[in-house]
Amino acid sequence: MRRSFLGRSWANAVAVVLLVFFAFPVYWMASTAFKQNNDIISKTPVFLPLNATFEHFSTATHAPQFWDMVRNSFVVTVTSVLASLVIATLASFAVARMKFRGRKTFILVIMLAQMAPWEIMVISVYLIVRDNDMLNSLVPLVIFYMMMVLPFTIWTLRGFIAAVPKELEESAMVDGCTRPQAFVKVVFPLLAPGLMSTSLFGFITAWNEFPLVLVLNKATGPGTAQTLPLWLTSFQTTFGDDWGATMAASTLFALPILILFLFLQRKAVGGMTAGAVKG
Amino acid sequence: MAVQSDPVRVQSPGQVTADASRKAPRPSAGPGLLSKAAPYLLLLPAIAATLALLGWPLLKTLLLSFQNMNKRQLIQHITEWNGFDNYKEQLTSSDFWHTTGRSVAFVLVNVVLIMIGGTLVGLLLNKLGKKMRLVLSVGLILAWAMPFVAQATVFTWLFDSRYGVVNWFLDKLGWHGMATFNWYSTQYSTFFVIILLIVWGSIPFVAFNMYAGLTTIPTELYEAARMDGAGSFKIFSSVIFPSLKPFFLGTTFLEIIWVFKCFTQVFAINNGGPERTTETLPVYAFVEGMGNQHFGVAGAIAMLTILMLAVAMVYYFRIILKQEDEL
Repeated sequence: MRRSFLGRSWANAVAVVLLVFFAFPVYWMASTAFKQNNDIISKTPVFLPLNATFEHFSTATHAPQFWDMVRNSFVVTVTSVLASLVIATLASFAVARMKFRGRKTFILVIMLAQMAPWEIMVISVYLIVRDNDMLNSLVPLVIFYMMMVLPFTIWTLRGFIAAVPKELEESAMVDGCTRPQAFVKVVFPLLAPGLMSTSLFGFITAWNEFPLVLVLNKATGPGTAQTLPLWLTSFQTTFGDDWGATMAASTLFALPILILFLFLQRKAVGGMTAGAVKG
Repeated sequence: MAVQSDPVRVQSPGQVTADASRKAPRPSAGPGLLSKAAPYLLLLPAIAATLALLGWPLLKTLLLSFQNMNKRQLIQHITEWNGFDNYKEQLTSSDFWHTTGRSVAFVLVNVVLIMIGGTLVGLLLNKLGKKMRLVLSVGLILAWAMPFVAQATVFTWLFDSRYGVVNWFLDKLGWHGMATFNWYSTQYSTFFVIILLIVWGSIPFVAFNMYAGLTTIPTELYEAARMDGAGSFKIFSSVIFPSLKPFFLGTTFLEIIWVFKCFTQVFAINNGGPERTTETLPVYAFVEGMGNQHFGVAGAIAMLTILMLAVAMVYYFRIILKQEDEL
């Protein structure tokens, strides 16, 4: 397709406007976090934080329980993602490679589970967890986040396993491998990209989850089981007008995901669109 | 799921099974019974987890919706069944219908803006040169990757009444009344911020999918259309839209379901306020349940919401299954 020069420069101009629209809020968050207080509350906004300060980051990281929340978030996220990977690898192998009765039903259930209305079921999850005396604990978070991530993981890994030629496995079995051995030695190494993009998705889901932790882990104070999203909302309330500290806290919370995303840009986009799920 | 651009799925399930049956004799398949049980054994953990962790809350929501369950019953662990009372109460309450109407309007506005915006941005990505495309992609990814709670916090700051950059900008444009405008004081302005937030955060997904879909359309199709003297709009309606119809249908339904379920952004911006006028159904259920401790009532609201979602989903899955058949 040949495009005129004028057409291209027009497109570029629109692209710049859109770039500002999409990136500005993120830029404004990060730059506010570095600004001196008098620049934050000046009558004319300061667009470049020339005399940068780390004061707000220090306020955020010295806030009570910040490091507990960081630890909790990592524990919950990593555990739930690993658990779902193990369960999903088994299931997706069956779905992608084996013929059995109920296969289609299972796929349908997985697709339905992927749409599960967790946001609407928080009340019953709260009652279930309360009745089992597990409020203010990380265990229910791990369990339910694992479930939130599982359908997507099965669905995506199924695609990746189906893409590995059957012949590779079969020749390994001719060479004397059992079926499980053939899977572990031949298919599993080829699944690395699939495992990566599914765990990235899982990481994002678990790291971001808010409604469930909001009802399950309300208790504050030392040794609490809250995670970063909840901490951030309470931080905002506690620190009220201290926008520098609030934006520093938001930046710290968003940073791992932003870095992961930019780092794995290609894979992330491919994997996410393959599963067509964002949360 | 089965969006056009799917780079992963090389074989559709139909093909996989056809393949398997053709090459019937498997080397070292093991004892017949065990190999028959193998798929079920592999699925067992997934099925058990789904039944226990998803099935239970669903069932609990259903049971809850038929109970008179308030603070007293909760603390004393009393189960009081009250039949369809909660449903009757909701279906005859103007609050419920107002919230439902508001939710439907909310979904419509958001999804229309997301789909139109996402399509246009996707078309633009396709038109841009390599460098500019990368730059814009990074901007889109920044918005997309921001955690919902962080998104809401940043938007609260952008729209802060005294120091928010949006008010400053509007004042500079000559709209001086906006200099210290409190966005969270009225229903419409609060919704404006929430909708802007959701649209901003959702367009990248649609745009990337759209762009990926566009790259699958053969250039000859455009050339042929151009030869016939088709303009940009005609090319969109006669080449792009028909080729990407499954994408448009699939993505629209996904967005409907996502926006309908959306809780975090609506709640984090202003907790459903002012005066509960920005509560959508999930937030309404949450406030009735956790805030006012009317758990049974919240169960009924949740079930009614799930029913509405189910209607949208049935429609969506029919499209998906049709797509699978066509592949």
